Amino acid sequence: MILIHCPYCDEKRPEIEFANAGQAHIARPLDPSGQTDAEWEAYLFIRANPRGRHHERWRHVHGCGRFFNAVRDTVTDKFEATYKAGEPRR
Amino acid sequence: MTRFSAFSLFAKALSGHQNWPEQWPDAAPKPAYDAIIVGGGGHGLGAAYYLAKKYGITNVAVLEKGWIGGGNTGRNTTIIRSNYLYDESAHLYDHAVKLWDGLSQELNYNIMFSKRGVMMLAHNVHDVQSLQRHINANRLNGVDNEWLTPEQAKAYCPPLNISPDARHPVLGAALQRRGGTARHDSVAWGYARAAAALGVDIIQNCAVTGIRRDANGAVEGVETTRGYIASKRVGVSAAGNTSVIMHMAGLDFPLESYPLQALVSEPIKPTFPCVVMSNTVHAYMSQSDKGELVIGAGTDQYVSYSQRGALHIVEHTLAAICEIFPIYRRMRMLRTWGGIVDVTPDRSPILGKTPVKGLYVNCGWGTGGFKATPGAGDLLAYTMAKDEPHYINAPFNLDRFRNGRLIDEAAAAAVAH
Repeated sequence: MILIHCPYCDEKRPEIEFANAGQAHIARPLDPSGQTDAEWEAYLFIRANPRGRHHERWRHVHGCGRFFNAVRDTVTDKFEATYKAGEPRR
Repeated sequence: MTRFSAFSLFAKALSGHQNWPEQWPDAAPKPAYDAIIVGGGGHGLGAAYYLAKKYGITNVAVLEKGWIGGGNTGRNTTIIRSNYLYDESAHLYDHAVKLWDGLSQELNYNIMFSKRGVMMLAHNVHDVQSLQRHINANRLNGVDNEWLTPEQAKAYCPPLNISPDARHPVLGAALQRRGGTARHDSVAWGYARAAAALGVDIIQNCAVTGIRRDANGAVEGVETTRGYIASKRVGVSAAGNTSVIMHMAGLDFPLESYPLQALVSEPIKPTFPCVVMSNTVHAYMSQSDKGELVIGAGTDQYVSYSQRGALHIVEHTLAAICEIFPIYRRMRMLRTWGGIVDVTPDRSPILGKTPVKGLYVNCGWGTGGFKATPGAGDLLAYTMAKDEPHYINAPFNLDRFRNGRLIDEAAAAAVAH
């Protein structure tokens, strides 16, 4: 089980307190009806799935309940950083 | 290639089993091939075999970054079934089940396919309705599946706890008698040996590091850790690492890779005669011919290539196993391990052409690829040989994520796939 630092609670807590919420920094289209099929495909389905440095969202469901972003290495599972939602991509 | 038979076994026994030849040669890469398969698991080796056997393309290389069958082929729980809900899936998975039949004879290799039956448990009213819908859909597609009462389920699998006050009460079960298990390592070895006998080069310790394309964008070869290898036809069957390979060709895929865990117990006498799956509480189990209980756990919640999973995932599954089969409560577990599974948004595979000419893909089997091994190999071979998909794999194209024709088995297969 991995330990995750919640940037709001400022505590390192076990993974079972958290829910992974997928890839981070995917912006919902501002003009949905103006999107092409390819743009919808990219937004809904295409994922980076990198082997290495990965940006992802977590939610501290059994703690403060808030969403935040993280940078984690997908080979070692080690976190490089966690930061509050709305902060720029690290 | 030495043909295996009762006579060859007897003859070699007289010399103390000291003189068995190697089953296939450890090939070094040639400068060029008519076709290259990236990934030496069951699916990739099967594709190479069928390319040579059915489609006459024998100048083929299988490139494996580690060792043959060392990825998900050697890490799964060996369950074979085809009781999928949608027409497209039923045809795809039943194509494989039909090929499993007789595969030992075809490959001259005992893959130990055992049609011991796959039983799926219903624990609540929703499960009953869902499984009965599956049974009806399966039968319309010519796939066997039948409803069992709790007493019939108990008769089929005596360790099952059907008492009404059980933590997970059994309200009935769906049984596919043609389902079962096979020896996963043998599947890889059998295909490798049979393919090599037809002229296929099985090249281990050879990781693909790049895909070279010509001025028109078509594939002309692959860069590997053992040098450049030319080929105008490249089939990628790389499971959890498919996204990584596809990035080399400039393609982004609708895939995410997760660790999926399995575990085995200490070996005991035969007590468990079939495969039992419970999707609702997420536990599934069978007993290997060695006597170990083989248990499948779930995926971790985050993308990872670590080939390790978290302990709480295993705990969750074992808690369910202890409730459904209380006789195993005092058993000790011997080993746990993880494999990296590539999951698509609709939980159905992608098998066909890609936007890059000469590049073909077989991926997205998620948590349930082993059962499809012969079918996936056959269909990838067909698609590569004809440069167009077979009608069975045509619906499993990449375009479905753009045009919306998803094959949404996510709800049908729940977590255990």
